[in-house]
Amino acid sequence: MSLQNITLVSFGYFEKDILEKTAEAVATEFHYPVSIREGHIDLSEFYDSSRRQYNGNLLLKQVSSMPFSDSLKTIGIFNVDLFVPILTFIFGQAFLGGHAGIASLYRLGNERYGIPKDSELTLDRFRKEVIHELGHTFGLIHCVNPACVMRSSTYVEDIDQKEAHLCSRCRAELEKSFSRKS
Amino acid sequence: MARKISILIVDDEESVRDSLYNWFIEDGFRVECAENAKRALTILESDQFDIILADIKMPGMDGLEMLRRIKSLKNDSIVIVMTAFATVDTAVKALKDGAYDYVTKPFDPDDLTHLIRNATRQISLAEENESLREKVISLENVEDLIGNSEAMKNVLREVESVAQTNSSVIITGESGTGKELVARAIHANSPRKFFPFVSVHCGALTESLLESELFGHEKGAFTGAMYNRKGRFEMADSGSIFLDEIATISVKMQVELLRVLESKTFMRVGGNKEISSDFRVICATNKDLKSMVEKGTFREDLYYRLNVVNIQIPPLRDRKEDIPLLVDYFIKKYCTSMNRPSVSIDPGALKRLQEFNFPGNIRELENMIERAIVVGNGKKISLKDLPLEKTMVTSSAESLDDFEKAFILQILNKYSWNISRTARALKVDRVTLYHKIKKYNLKQADQQ
Repeated sequence: MSLQNITLVSFGYFEKDILEKTAEAVATEFHYPVSIREGHIDLSEFYDSSRRQYNGNLLLKQVSSMPFSDSLKTIGIFNVDLFVPILTFIFGQAFLGGHAGIASLYRLGNERYGIPKDSELTLDRFRKEVIHELGHTFGLIHCVNPACVMRSSTYVEDIDQKEAHLCSRCRAELEKSFSRKS
Repeated sequence: MARKISILIVDDEESVRDSLYNWFIEDGFRVECAENAKRALTILESDQFDIILADIKMPGMDGLEMLRRIKSLKNDSIVIVMTAFATVDTAVKALKDGAYDYVTKPFDPDDLTHLIRNATRQISLAEENESLREKVISLENVEDLIGNSEAMKNVLREVESVAQTNSSVIITGESGTGKELVARAIHANSPRKFFPFVSVHCGALTESLLESELFGHEKGAFTGAMYNRKGRFEMADSGSIFLDEIATISVKMQVELLRVLESKTFMRVGGNKEISSDFRVICATNKDLKSMVEKGTFREDLYYRLNVVNIQIPPLRDRKEDIPLLVDYFIKKYCTSMNRPSVSIDPGALKRLQEFNFPGNIRELENMIERAIVVGNGKKISLKDLPLEKTMVTSSAESLDDFEKAFILQILNKYSWNISRTARALKVDRVTLYHKIKKYNLKQADQQ
């Protein structure tokens, strides 16, 4: 069976609209059908009480080990505060050139920063983050182009600066990775 | 395209190594991990990294000890130390031991990005600086110093590093290797470059003449001294003095020279006024001064005074890869000076030149090319235009002195012992030529 799907696996509650619009943006960007699934894991196992955050490394390993036999790439979607041991927080992470990544909505909303909620903006940031992590799974590294979705973002404001699309150079790299696989 | 920056992560915690590895790999860096300092040092023995990110607290050797060892291995490595337990004392200690920066775990992603961005900026600035310095060398060097060989690049590097200092330099190398050109390059790249470069060929002058030449003389100091004359040391004030064939100076002159070098003051011959001059001394010789010191013919104290830096110029036979460049350079030089259209060289002729040993070094090659342009067809230098066959036979199994003697005699005979014309052909002054005639006891055929 050929792996022709990208799977977004949601862990926890998400508005249907966010998942569908994100899936649509992913499908447009990568030209693969995208399926949305619900995942069920006990998140408390990944909770670090001293940091009051969820361990992104362990979650990534967990998502990576979940069997989605028809899935080319899988992105775990969370709404919790993620960290990796060396960093205070992350928006998401992925195995470079691997088949799994994770992304969290938690720090993307304006309301976390004392600014009025803006659902459209949150959605926009989220789909950029999911596309970004998927880009890594396709082997793309951070891009210096300020408008490219593969540009590294350490603040939400950085995410707002870029577009939800790959720049031409990253697009070419992606095409190269497709042709290598085929 | 910019090269890939490499990062070595040293931390005993696997999760930290994994996190950093993932982070940097996504940034496009080349990343390696080591679980302890010992492993890191082993990796560093066989591989080089631009940035080393190391935990301070590790079992076995700690990060600070590792930092000291890394610095002793490769002093320009950028080492960033991390710790979960920050104290000012440890931070200061790390920075004093040469750490680039010090961070407390966990970091804000933005801090990590900035930290690495600053480190990579420093690396690219250092590389840019290095390449600019190389460009400066090529721009400011005397243009006659031709060569792309490693041996010649080493000479240029030595010239560059010594030029900025005031240290005395001895340039050693066989005849015709370009010792004076190197001396000029040192001067041209030094802060003294706007002041005189004064050259003295010690071997061409008798002891009394050399004394007067170096120190100057007062009117009436000796027969014929009708006017006061400035000496070369005085002329070289604020600049450099080049003493060629330093091994030929007498023991008395060696004593005088040592005194001047130590005090930077002297008196003109026949004078009683002390003159001071701020000059830098560059000497050259084709003799082994060290063995002359051992034999007692050259003063040891003067030798150490002069030999602060020694630059050895390789003979042309040891850098044959430079021959095509040199040939090209001499062709352009002589075609321009003779006002002729540029000529090329037959590949076969060039190959033979590269096979030849050139006992007379670059001077011999230069003379060959000049001659070939004169006698050639004006379009292409071919093998028949080069006196290679004859010279090869003549020079085989003979010493450089034998070759020089035979060559000078050949040119003297060619110009019917006209000293001026012969000296011009040999590109030496008449005094040098007389000196060589005396040295080799050369005589015209009808005088023998």
